[in-house]
Amino acid sequence: MSIRVEHVSKSYSAYPALNDVSLTIDNGEFVALLGPSGSGKTTLLRILAGLEVPEDGKVWFGKRNVTKDQPASRGIGFVFQHYALFGHMTVAQNIAFGLNVMARPQRPSRKATRERVEELLDLVQLPGLGKRYPSQLSGGQRQRVALARALARQPRILLLDEPFGALDAKVRRELRVALRKIHDELGLTSIFVTHDHEEAFTLADRVALLNHGRIEQFDRPAEIAAGPASEFVKAFLE
Amino acid sequence: MAAARGLREPAAAKALLIAAAVAYVVVMLLLPLGAVLTEAFRKGWQLWIAAISDHDARASIKLTLLVAAISVPLNTIFGIAAAWAIAKFDFRGKTSLVALIELPFSVSPVVSGLVFVLLFGAQGWFGPWLQDHDIRIIFALPGLVLATVFVTFPFVARQLIPLMVSQGRADEEAALTLGASGWQTFWRVTLPNIRFGLLYGVLLCNARAMGEFGAVSVVSGHIRGETNTMPLQVEALYNDYDFVAAFAVASLLTLLAVVTLALKSALEWRHRDEIAARHH
Repeated sequence: MSIRVEHVSKSYSAYPALNDVSLTIDNGEFVALLGPSGSGKTTLLRILAGLEVPEDGKVWFGKRNVTKDQPASRGIGFVFQHYALFGHMTVAQNIAFGLNVMARPQRPSRKATRERVEELLDLVQLPGLGKRYPSQLSGGQRQRVALARALARQPRILLLDEPFGALDAKVRRELRVALRKIHDELGLTSIFVTHDHEEAFTLADRVALLNHGRIEQFDRPAEIAAGPASEFVKAFLE
Repeated sequence: MAAARGLREPAAAKALLIAAAVAYVVVMLLLPLGAVLTEAFRKGWQLWIAAISDHDARASIKLTLLVAAISVPLNTIFGIAAAWAIAKFDFRGKTSLVALIELPFSVSPVVSGLVFVLLFGAQGWFGPWLQDHDIRIIFALPGLVLATVFVTFPFVARQLIPLMVSQGRADEEAALTLGASGWQTFWRVTLPNIRFGLLYGVLLCNARAMGEFGAVSVVSGHIRGETNTMPLQVEALYNDYDFVAAFAVASLLTLLAVVTLALKSALEWRHRDEIAARHH
């Protein structure tokens, strides 16, 4: 699903401010929001998720204005840096959470839920781990579970907040490949936040560089490398 | 291992420290506890049973249970609401609210009781209006509940605030992005995350609600068989030189403390794996 951000501003919040940000993301694109800490990249992602409400501007998903919509009704999946798995639930219960909280008429049967959980565990390459608790998994495995959980309700848009930030280099690379593969297979529109430009450039179709709550440049990695739009971009990529 | 070696103490010092700690616990905690039970049963089981089945004693037990049954749920609900607000939202005056919640701990219970007399007593602010409408608060159950609620106000909230602050908002935000309503998020995510802290807070709150003396003493009026809770009944019997009866009722209160402690330990033991897993 395409995403359009129109003149979005946000100042008062626990997160860094955003200043009149506009951005259009095509259906099926994989976009990285890249910038130093305090640049507003996480704020922008949280606004897309509905976890923050902008003071000005609009957010469109396809033809729908979702600016004031609750996170629950946006049809998104969100992956947190520190996984945010529910510690008192098994892996299977975590993944089934989104299905189990649906209103009764829409909620899939127990059998369908079980099958969906198995399917998702296969997708993230953790078959057979459904009965474990999150505390019994490694960091990389936890983030895979979080990804499976976020995909349970078949969102069209996947938002990831520094999804590899808490993992070591080897696990990072494995997970990057897995994520890109899932994105392509499911035909998702994905946006992830990172402060690691190598990660952004290898993984994303297009990269938005943020600084002080503004987008400095939004382009394909090759174009950015070839023609940095500002001194900041140049310095940040060195 | 250099650090470990640095911490190594001579065996004598270790033994001395342990002995001192054990001796202190025995003298300050176990001895009084034992004395209460010994005194209560000194003249035999029959007298103990007679003492606690006395009409006034039974009335005081019922009243204490009733007051706790009203105040503890009230403070549990308030405690969760306050801790939720403080941990999950940003608003002006948050620090003052935290300080205010702790107020009952720093105010003398007698003063806490007097406040309600000042408000609702015959000479109090609302006294004449209450009298006109035939509503009794002071020297009656509502006063006892108010005083108890005030004194036990912080227990649940104080237990939960640091816990919920350290847990942050990510779990709740995850639940919201997964499509859960606020209510579902609370029951399925927040409550399970805080349940041990909550339970401990409720146990402490209950122990204090049943044991409170000062504040309740001011608003009670000490009418035997009517407005005397167990701690007040103990005092009344003691002042009558009826030591066996006084210690019999006191032994029940002591029992409550022991049961509270046992419950807490049992819970911690039963869920030890899960508690350990959380600290990963």
